[in-house]
Amino acid sequence: MANNVFVYCEIEGTQVAEVSQELLTKGRKLADTLGVKLEAVAAGHGITGMVENQILPYGVDRLHIFDAEGLAPYTSKPHTAVLVNLFKQEEPQICLMGADVVGRDLGPRVSSALHSGLTADCTALEIGPHDDKKLGKHYDQLLYQIRPAFGGNIVATIVNPENRPQMATVRSGVMKAEILDANNPGEVIVQDVAKFVPETEYVTRVLERHVQAAKNNLKGAPIVVAGGYGVGSKEGFAQLYELAKVLHAEVGASRAAVDAGFCDHDLQIGQTGVTVRPKVYIACGISGAIQHVAGMKESGIIISINSDENAPINQIADYVINGTVEEVVPKMIKYYKQNSK
Amino acid sequence: MSLRIVVLAKQVPDTRNVGPDAMTPEGTVNRSALPAIFNPEDLNALEQALRLKDQNPGSIVIIITMGPGRAAEVIREAMYRGADGGYLLTDRAFAGADTLATSYALSTAIKHVMPDVDLIIGGRQAIDGDTAQVGPQVAEKLGLNQITYTEEVLSCKDGKIVVKRHIDGGVETVESALPCVLTVNGSAAPCRPRNVKRVMQFKRALCEMELPKDTTWADLPYADQYEKKAYLKLGQLTCADVNADLSQCGLAGSPTKVKNVENIVFKAKESKVMTASDDDINGLIQELLASHTIG
Repeated sequence: MANNVFVYCEIEGTQVAEVSQELLTKGRKLADTLGVKLEAVAAGHGITGMVENQILPYGVDRLHIFDAEGLAPYTSKPHTAVLVNLFKQEEPQICLMGADVVGRDLGPRVSSALHSGLTADCTALEIGPHDDKKLGKHYDQLLYQIRPAFGGNIVATIVNPENRPQMATVRSGVMKAEILDANNPGEVIVQDVAKFVPETEYVTRVLERHVQAAKNNLKGAPIVVAGGYGVGSKEGFAQLYELAKVLHAEVGASRAAVDAGFCDHDLQIGQTGVTVRPKVYIACGISGAIQHVAGMKESGIIISINSDENAPINQIADYVINGTVEEVVPKMIKYYKQNSK
Repeated sequence: MSLRIVVLAKQVPDTRNVGPDAMTPEGTVNRSALPAIFNPEDLNALEQALRLKDQNPGSIVIIITMGPGRAAEVIREAMYRGADGGYLLTDRAFAGADTLATSYALSTAIKHVMPDVDLIIGGRQAIDGDTAQVGPQVAEKLGLNQITYTEEVLSCKDGKIVVKRHIDGGVETVESALPCVLTVNGSAAPCRPRNVKRVMQFKRALCEMELPKDTTWADLPYADQYEKKAYLKLGQLTCADVNADLSQCGLAGSPTKVKNVENIVFKAKESKVMTASDDDINGLIQELLASHTIG
């Protein structure tokens, strides 16, 4: 049994997604802990010769390339067939993929076909032992899939004791991508797609497709001004944009603000949104549910503006301003302009 | 073309409005302290189904929900808004199910209730788990194609459906043959409100599970109504009714196990607390500028 760690690499055209490189980095560490190999899967069209140098440097031992016209753009069934049939052959113990639209479409389908457990939107992955007290069974080296659950009120550690692969999806930005060795010599296997994907699987026709690069640069911004439910309205968000403009910052939001329709879904920071690590994080009217904190806790300096002195986010803030966003933000703009000249 | 549609819906605790008593002192979830609601994205799914029913006379929309007796509320709510009927899938054997075991149970119920189904529509994800796994897993269990992240059904004719869906950084229009599974985003059209006539018609509809202990249909007020109007007795299915394999249901059929659950306590930092006064804000900005934190 091969028992290796696999990462499904998501590809747009010939570009490997950042989240996949982040997972390769994590996958390398997990494979080292387990003493096994790291393998990557890339499926698309016209990718052979184009993606290897975006994947192998992250410490990949073996890369499986599936290159065929029907594999790009992504559709559910052909990519499922690639993974399911490859995994039946290779028997990985762990499979990681991005928790974005593709990974969240593909992961559950693959897990269902293989009857293996899948945990969505993990915020940490570790290896450790597990005792099933009811069955009196001990397991070594299981994948701990750690995620906030139940509206962020709890953090759960999930394990898959019996079924393989142990599958997990992780959002972009949660893990850090680090090149291990730019010249890492990995084995590249160009697979015969027809052996893995029967013709009958090509059932979705993509009629039209518009993809544009992200409108914001939240992930890389040195300063983030984030608004929560306490901002109160769309107009309130306009104020945050003004502050962001003078500070050369990006605007982000909590889920509550997105759900309330104050701003675009793209701006959501947290477990089910973007993870950010800015130098300065200004939380405006954000109470600080665990899911939100999961996406910003590694920020350098945290400033919390909140009318509720007991807002949970104040606990992790370096500066706490007891006041309303409406009152404080214009003052920050005013004094920044005054003092920075 | 008339369509046969199943809508998958879930009753969920309203995790968006979590009060201080939502957690027990032991760190477990106090479900009774949270109001139970119709999972929001399942309402968006219901709307897409009802639109297809409007456009295709003779179509039928059936709700399937899995849960305890009180989850039948979801079926009534859907009927108030236009669904034709529904089934509560309920059995102790289903308890403790993860997404895979849930999907298995739902797939057996769909096969039982509507073997010739054209479309299965559900919300993208439920707010108590946010996994978005059940839709694709049901599709796989039934061997059907899936279209996730649906924004709008653009057309459905000649056995083909065309759907606009959200993808990362954009939108996509895709076509699939029927039958297939759709999952619908919260940004899709909101569900139509209750129809007053339908509320009057279905407000007494009940599942057998909901009858008070040691009560039969004949003991209920308006007992004659339940005799005359079959639609007031909502469908109820057990594990045995849908021929589900027990080893694939509930806790036993769930590959994922919860190892532990923790209440997260933030490591408190020493923070500088200030007021919203001009002096305080001015002082803060000056401090941040002096340390080159900003600017």
